[in-house]
Amino acid sequence: MDRARIVWQFATVRELVEETAHAKTVRLDLPDWPGHAAGQHVDVRLTAEDGYQTERSYSIASAPEQAGLALTVERIDDGEVSPYLVDELRSGDELELRGPIGGHFIWRIADGGPLLLVAGGSGLVPLMSMLRHRSAQGSAVDTRLLLSARSLIDVLYRDELAMLGRGDGLAVHQTLTRDRPAGWPGFARRVDAEMLVSVGPTPAHRPRIFICGPTAFVEQAADLLVEIGHDPAAIRAERFGPTGG
Amino acid sequence: MAHISRGFRGRPRHEVDPARVPPGQYVVNDFPVLSAGPTPRTQLDEWSFTLDGAVDRAVSWPWAEFVKLPSERFTVDIHCVTKWSKLDTSWTGVSVDSLLQGVETEAGFVSAWCDGGYTTNLPLKDLTGGRAWVAYEYAGEALEPEHGGPARLLVPHLYFWKSAKWVRGLTLTVEDEPGFWETAGYHNRGDPWQEQRYWSD
Repeated sequence: MDRARIVWQFATVRELVEETAHAKTVRLDLPDWPGHAAGQHVDVRLTAEDGYQTERSYSIASAPEQAGLALTVERIDDGEVSPYLVDELRSGDELELRGPIGGHFIWRIADGGPLLLVAGGSGLVPLMSMLRHRSAQGSAVDTRLLLSARSLIDVLYRDELAMLGRGDGLAVHQTLTRDRPAGWPGFARRVDAEMLVSVGPTPAHRPRIFICGPTAFVEQAADLLVEIGHDPAAIRAERFGPTGG
Repeated sequence: MAHISRGFRGRPRHEVDPARVPPGQYVVNDFPVLSAGPTPRTQLDEWSFTLDGAVDRAVSWPWAEFVKLPSERFTVDIHCVTKWSKLDTSWTGVSVDSLLQGVETEAGFVSAWCDGGYTTNLPLKDLTGGRAWVAYEYAGEALEPEHGGPARLLVPHLYFWKSAKWVRGLTLTVEDEPGFWETAGYHNRGDPWQEQRYWSD
């Protein structure tokens, strides 16, 4: 396989977009980006004045087809890097990063479907890259997204999801576990087996399954999917712990 | 000279001995879970541990025999390629040295294989010399499935993906055979002190 070396480079922050009260999308211009696959991530490295450095990983939100690179970062209050990225970073700043990283939690149009994407909170980010890739390629491959969030105001990319959901072949399902607006048409509980059955596709259709979210969410969703008959080998998981940073 | 990230100060840095934290790592107190798929759950009466490949004859221990092998309690620091390190973790397990006792082999490499299909490759010399174990207890308790139970490989001097969860056997090989993450962009050896995270590091 032809691969570009994974080396540190400085990206320039082009724009910051507030997605929710806790999350921003950081749009970056890079001098030399080898391209990525939907689902991959980058490592970000910060350096303090005394030379101290720390690194964290962030999922890529943008499609491979989009210019530049977009990361969506959720602020973890006692984190070390995410509060900096969400609260301190400004357009025009330089951000050191390297990537793309990861060769397992990825989906390319040629991989085909059907697809089942299960997101807990900001676990939506790498799955959004897949949805954007799918849309950019004009694909109508059978895709089901199940997104679990606490309340509607915590949902990333709300308008874009609504728009994508009107296209061919994509069904967007949402469950709100804490607060619901009056007349909420979606699910209103934690992900369970019945919900996963109703979202589909059935195990007989052999979907490719991607789950991303907090560890407990991913553990639970993966266990339930195996329980209702999905092939464990078809389930790809990406977990982030309480120590996301 | 390193480029300063404008306005970044970082956390206070006096709490841990920097000599114990490899470059780019930060210390956590909890125990994050990372794995690429669902957590396999193998019943102990179906579990065995196997040594095979380039050996005179393969050996296999059912669970009841495995836990009767001479075990060690050891305390080590662990370093995950996703940047967290955890200091002073305590484990109980069987050293790979003792599993390999009396085994004659030409092999220079090992492929660890697991329930769920995960594999990872290591030079044999990274598994010997008192530096690797098959661990089945963490902090004095049975190892939880999320953390690799019933048993996981423990090779603390390499990034933690080498410490294969749900390990069921070691296949000794003459040629190096890259495993799951090693074929998915990660470094073939994974020494945290040299920050060998990705294939080109």
